[in-house]
Amino acid sequence: MYKYDSYDQAMVDARVAEFRDQCERRLSGKLSEDQFKPLRLMNGLYLQLHAYMLRVAIPYGTLDSRQMHALADIADKYDRGYGHFTTRQNIQYNWIKLEDAADILADLAKVEMHAIQTSGNCIRNISSDHFAGAAADEVVDPRPYAELLRQWSSFHPEFSYLPRKFKIAVIASEQDRAAMRLHDIGINIVRGPGGDLGAAFYVGGGMGRTPMIAPCIREFVPLDQLVTYSEACLRVYNRHGRRDNKYKARIKILVHEMGAEEYARQVEAEFAHLLEQGVEPPLAELERIKPFFDLPEEVANAADAPQAESPGSELAEWILANTHKHKNPAFVSAVISLKPVGGIPGDATAEQMHVMADLAKEYGFDELRVMHTQNIVLPHVRKADLPALFAKLQDASLATANLDAIDDIIACPGLDYCSLANARSIPVAQKISRRFAESGKAKELGKLKLKISGCINACGHHHAGHIGILGVDRKGVENYQLLLGGSEAEDVSLAKITGPGFDEDGVVDAIETVTDLYMREREDGERFLDTYRRLGMAPFKEALYG
Amino acid sequence: MAEPTNSPAGGGLGTGRDEVQLRFREDDLPPNAQVTVDAFLEQDDATAVRVEPGDDARDLLPHLGRIRLVEVNFPVFGDGRGYSAARLLREEGYTGELRAVGDVLVDQIAYMRRCGFDSFAPERPLDEADVKAAFDRFPHAYQAAADNAVPIWKLRHG
Amino acid sequence: MKILTGNDLLSGAVVWWDGQGWSLHVEHAADAGEEAPAIMAREEAARRVNAPYAIEAEREAGGGIRPAHIKDRVRALGPTVRPDLTLKPSEPEALDWVI
Repeated sequence: MYKYDSYDQAMVDARVAEFRDQCERRLSGKLSEDQFKPLRLMNGLYLQLHAYMLRVAIPYGTLDSRQMHALADIADKYDRGYGHFTTRQNIQYNWIKLEDAADILADLAKVEMHAIQTSGNCIRNISSDHFAGAAADEVVDPRPYAELLRQWSSFHPEFSYLPRKFKIAVIASEQDRAAMRLHDIGINIVRGPGGDLGAAFYVGGGMGRTPMIAPCIREFVPLDQLVTYSEACLRVYNRHGRRDNKYKARIKILVHEMGAEEYARQVEAEFAHLLEQGVEPPLAELERIKPFFDLPEEVANAADAPQAESPGSELAEWILANTHKHKNPAFVSAVISLKPVGGIPGDATAEQMHVMADLAKEYGFDELRVMHTQNIVLPHVRKADLPALFAKLQDASLATANLDAIDDIIACPGLDYCSLANARSIPVAQKISRRFAESGKAKELGKLKLKISGCINACGHHHAGHIGILGVDRKGVENYQLLLGGSEAEDVSLAKITGPGFDEDGVVDAIETVTDLYMREREDGERFLDTYRRLGMAPFKEALYG
Repeated sequence: MAEPTNSPAGGGLGTGRDEVQLRFREDDLPPNAQVTVDAFLEQDDATAVRVEPGDDARDLLPHLGRIRLVEVNFPVFGDGRGYSAARLLREEGYTGELRAVGDVLVDQIAYMRRCGFDSFAPERPLDEADVKAAFDRFPHAYQAAADNAVPIWKLRHG
Repeated sequence: MKILTGNDLLSGAVVWWDGQGWSLHVEHAADAGEEAPAIMAREEAARRVNAPYAIEAEREAGGGIRPAHIKDRVRALGPTVRPDLTLKPSEPEALDWVI
């Protein structure tokens, strides 16, 4: 885990003081709401449907038990005893008071955390692979590069008033577990032809009202030019991104309208210029950051200790569903589902956060990750410890065995919490989860990613779901459109709308209809997505609308 | 929102010397006879120019030697194109006055300083105590930019 | 009727204009009529409310007030998925009023 040095700590502490002063100026009337809004947003503070909402950054989704305990304490002390883990690997609190906000940031700073740039038209928290450092298939741990960019992007003087928000993801494996190509910049750390590490840059992806898959604009940026190249990408965007229409202001629109080739050409010109400016930290900085992410010695070296669980047991099912292959065969990455049957996706009580922190300490080498699918990972768990871990998760209602199943639903907060939403997302997720878990069909369906958004801003990633649901407002009544065929992974694609929308119960039935068709038509080993891709939309449409 | 007052002679563009609230240069104030970028490019004797958000500051590069003042206008504080304009002028060697005018807020001036601005003529005057607090706020900077701040990575590695 | 809502600047709580001040309860909302813009400008300038806006609502038979749009009914009560966190935790039927 990265640890702050005195410089990092001083910067975060200064930010707390700055925000405290900004809040005071707002309350005394020196700042209008118009002027204060971008400042509070750059500190993660929204005005939401019921109250202020605070979004805390969890850089590349990594945190330790001390930090998870601190998040739980904040939920108890300043909120209503729970928090919501988001698709950007952050946590949100829903019931924050403006008068407490600076104190919360101060509490976070004590455990090397912050809410810097978790909103606003600036470079947001950088996300990454939730199995980074542990995954058997990775080229290298992507997080040191994400940390390098976190520092570069923090308080960036040129890029804090961009045309729109800006999201970066960094991965380093062929399997994409971070929706890399659906980001403003997706960076894939790869080995070049000569065997050296470098970065492939994908620019101009995103979801929202105009979903786009990012094209590759450069296949290999040497590691000692990573910051400079990023800076060039941002400068071209800041200078030429549209500012006349906020719905066309994201970089994906610029890249699309300009053309990826022309955008890449302008970036290259800016890059050549910036290489002369000395903006790149020396490689020594990357070398300084890297060891923070080294595997604990024991995780790197412990020998395999095979475990045989009695097949069919709850434990065996959980292990099968919720663990992921680790670099060291004696270990796994264990996923703690925040999707109990009928629950609110991504919500965790303060008590559950404390439990997860304690379990990370006891079985997980003091490390946790937040997944973009709103679950929590213990990245390094000895196989031998799985029975004990599972038992304790069961005690805390955290042992649902449903990773990547139809009831492992991504859902945005929707109209229950969000002032932008047109329809509620959570009740739909709850109904689907109940119906499919209780009928046992969830297990039969295998891997099926279902994602629900309560408006076209797509925080619930509906375009990237094997099945997506989009809530819309139809004359003041909630209505739900169904989408099929999306993927956020290495086989990235955008889902398509099936046809006219449904009411809340109707969309749950519709999902039953399309999954029934899949079960009838699937061939060996096919996921729902594969069957859809083979058959096309027509039979699904026919089944839905007759 | 108050309209910016215009310079006395030749009016219509730019701020007047009286409205320059903060200046971080020792030299004399340049004459206030700003022209638009388009007009500047057509006039061989103009020495002051005003850059609007949609202008390409790179058009000025062949003429940097004769420019004494570049005003960069921020019609609304949320339009951040002027930050890039300022920085690239400095990167290309411009050493004259670089003035931020318009909807310039106290919470932005430290970033503007980092991008190379060395004078400020906000349309609404800034509270002097808030200005001091803003410049004193951050002890370091993470990035190299167009100012003298030594980035943290350099402090770490010399 | 036209009623006014916004959030309390300090606490962020959803509030409704009751004719004299801001109440947590939508049933206290007063018809602002033509005065709406003036009230909002005055109250926001005095920092008694944040981001106020006017909405259509109807007076119900029992004396309650029902905002026309579901969004404002969710705001008036609280999240429908957490009845324990709404203004009426002991009245589960209140959720039907929202939908």
